[in-house]
Amino acid sequence: MLTYLARRVLAVVPVLFGVTLAVFSMLFLVPGDPIKMMLAEFVTSPDQIAQMRAQLHLDEPLPQQYGRFVANALRGDLGTSIRSRRPVATEIAENVASTAQLALASMAVAIAIGVPLGLLAALGSMVVALLGVSMPSFWLGLLMIFVFSLHLAWFPATGGGDLLHLVLPSLTLGTIASAIIARLTRSSMLEVLGQDYVRTARAKGLAWWGVVVRHALKNALIPIITIFGLQFGNLLAGAVIVETVFSRPGLGRLIVGGILAKDFPLVQGTVLFVAASYVMINVLVDVAYAFVDPRIRVG
Amino acid sequence: MRHRGAVAGLVILGVLALLAIGAPWLSPSDPIKTAPRTALQAPGSGYLLGSDQFGRDVASRVLHGARISLVVGLISVSIAVGIGAPIGLVSGFYGGRLDAVLMRMIDVLLAFPGILLALAIVSVLTPGLGNVMIAVGLAAVPTYARLVRASVLSAREQVYVEAARAIGGRDRTILTRYILPNVVAPLIVTGTLGLGTAILSAAALSFLGLGSQPPTAEWGRMLAEGRDYLREAWWISTFPGLGIMLTVLAMNLLGDGLRDVLDPRLKV
Repeated sequence: MLTYLARRVLAVVPVLFGVTLAVFSMLFLVPGDPIKMMLAEFVTSPDQIAQMRAQLHLDEPLPQQYGRFVANALRGDLGTSIRSRRPVATEIAENVASTAQLALASMAVAIAIGVPLGLLAALGSMVVALLGVSMPSFWLGLLMIFVFSLHLAWFPATGGGDLLHLVLPSLTLGTIASAIIARLTRSSMLEVLGQDYVRTARAKGLAWWGVVVRHALKNALIPIITIFGLQFGNLLAGAVIVETVFSRPGLGRLIVGGILAKDFPLVQGTVLFVAASYVMINVLVDVAYAFVDPRIRVG
Repeated sequence: MRHRGAVAGLVILGVLALLAIGAPWLSPSDPIKTAPRTALQAPGSGYLLGSDQFGRDVASRVLHGARISLVVGLISVSIAVGIGAPIGLVSGFYGGRLDAVLMRMIDVLLAFPGILLALAIVSVLTPGLGNVMIAVGLAAVPTYARLVRASVLSAREQVYVEAARAIGGRDRTILTRYILPNVVAPLIVTGTLGLGTAILSAAALSFLGLGSQPPTAEWGRMLAEGRDYLREAWWISTFPGLGIMLTVLAMNLLGDGLRDVLDPRLKV
């Protein structure tokens, strides 16, 4: 178990190295001078540009800049937002809870809808889940606002904060994600239903539903658990769009706002934070999975 | 092919493609011509699907939006396959250190979940519809690279490849004559499903204001513009949304059908 743990954690190091390198080089892949782009709206005398360049350490050699970037990131310093002139880490800290809430609530919705739907689909048809995968989240969000907020006035349309504000965004994101979980449940269930032990259970005269629930479902759920990590990443990314639909504070709006305002340090820092969190969550899920299923850590 | 879902998807796609191609002739009016006096008209006699806050004809805009979405989907997926497939082919066929390096790079790209990679790329390239296609295409490269690599890996072990090698076939011949055909079927399935995903992502980026710029008649953008008029004029954002969903649904139906036909293992 310990070797498995160590191996899994060590495997993350090159990925995180690549992620930091990719995010770091974002600034240099921008066509034109990033400083001029960032300062476009303000006065740009050569003095100011030089000063800003020095302030951002862009006058140093690249490897040194990268080293500084990683060292700072490890200490929790992700630079300073150009727009708000506040540390990017502070901006992230203020918004992370809102996005995490949304992602977790959406996950609960997705499982609550997706697993039963997938089971029904495995025994019947798959049209509803297909509809879900095809639905643009931003459209579903607007429909939710239209019905539940403007017409029925049950929930607030926009903003963040209390639980009432969480209902529509998490329903939107969760419904979309449930389609993927339903498809997975279906294919996993179909595979299990074809196994010998299911046939044996049927052969010894157990009722169909008893077999589905007692024998098949338990085994079908294992691959679905692994998807949790992957799905969490999708929910984090999906939050980008849903947060904008509902004008809800969060990491997604931070990134989109940053891109629109050409606030590169903010975009870089937030993208790095989300990607690194996603990688770490996947490690945690893998490790948890290895606890549940001994075949993984042996093989 | 008697798969009902696939046929339905194909029919919907065919109709959409015809509407998209014929948009300039079928549209009741110019999709970007404003008419402030007849703004926010409900669907009906004057405007089939209503008019938006600038008095533009929603029906004409939805028709022209189909053009953009289909083209964006095709170009994005072409970029993704064009870059991803060769990577997967080379990686799977030659293996070794080259494979290790390429796959580590793909791993890094996969660390950016979902639309985040496309977002990061757009932020570098600056917003715009052209850059959205590049971003959505590049973001999907890992999917195709991995898919093709996996297909190549299993094909490489086949007896007929061994036989071809035994009679002295060159790498190039083996790759194109014996391995490539094995890659095509999964690539078609995933590519079809990928068209839907690409259209969704591109529309999402435009919805966020990072893609098509006004006054272009693009579905994601139209949804964003109709957002502030939900109460007074639901039709502005409802019809483009319906357009996106129908298009993506058709592609998913077709893709799923193709998979059932090409990969019978998943059938009950």
